[in-house]
Amino acid sequence: MNGREITYEYPLTGADFETAGEASSKIKRLLQQLGIRPEVVRRVAIGCYEAEMNVIIHAWRGVMRVTVYSDRTEVIVEDEGPGIADVDLALKEGYSTAPDHIREMGFGAGMGLPNMVKCSDEFAIETEVGKGTRIRLGFRHQ
Amino acid sequence: MTLAEILATLKAEVLCGREWLDREAAAACGADLMSDVLAFTKERTVLLTGLTNAQVIRTAEVSDLVGIVFVRGKKPGQDVIDLAKIKGIPLLSTSYPMYEACGFLYVHGLRGCSQVGDQ
Repeated sequence: MNGREITYEYPLTGADFETAGEASSKIKRLLQQLGIRPEVVRRVAIGCYEAEMNVIIHAWRGVMRVTVYSDRTEVIVEDEGPGIADVDLALKEGYSTAPDHIREMGFGAGMGLPNMVKCSDEFAIETEVGKGTRIRLGFRHQ
Repeated sequence: MTLAEILATLKAEVLCGREWLDREAAAACGADLMSDVLAFTKERTVLLTGLTNAQVIRTAEVSDLVGIVFVRGKKPGQDVIDLAKIKGIPLLSTSYPMYEACGFLYVHGLRGCSQVGDQ
């Protein structure tokens, strides 16, 4: 990488369950090709997938942007959507506003944000009700 | 335990990925909640599940799972099987229900994710 950063961007569409997870899959392959350690690649992929599913489940549209630096990977997921009224509550395991058809797919159990916190080295969230949500995940390569 | 041994233990059938049955599973996880799989499994885990949608395949891909066993005779649609082929994830189906399938593997020595060390 010679100290230069590489940024990739993936658009996300709300309620598009057909391709849900494909952006995370591409990011995973990209990091593998760049020679990032498998343990780090796995954590990035899991964080991306949870963030991607959140956009598909809750928002209208969004974009996932991944920037790979020599020493870390940063993922920013921004969406236009309903936002989160109570972030502290959303960060608690088990709290969810997802409807039943989402739960039937194996998601919506209130684990998304807690999982993102768990798998990343840095986590930040900004949200505005009626506007959308921006999540930043940071992963150190070492 | 290899996937071939899991196949025999569970009297399962192969839905796709016969060529990958020599893969070794370090641990197993029984779950229908994909967020739990994402949060708690380790690499080279085999997943036992009753869910048959595409999200199971995606979850297996991002979590580096070694394969998926569908319990209680469940089988996903062809679109999901095709996705698994593309992603390189072998799929098995057993007629045993979840509890029994997990129990058979456990008594044959396959441990749970909390019992194996970090990779």
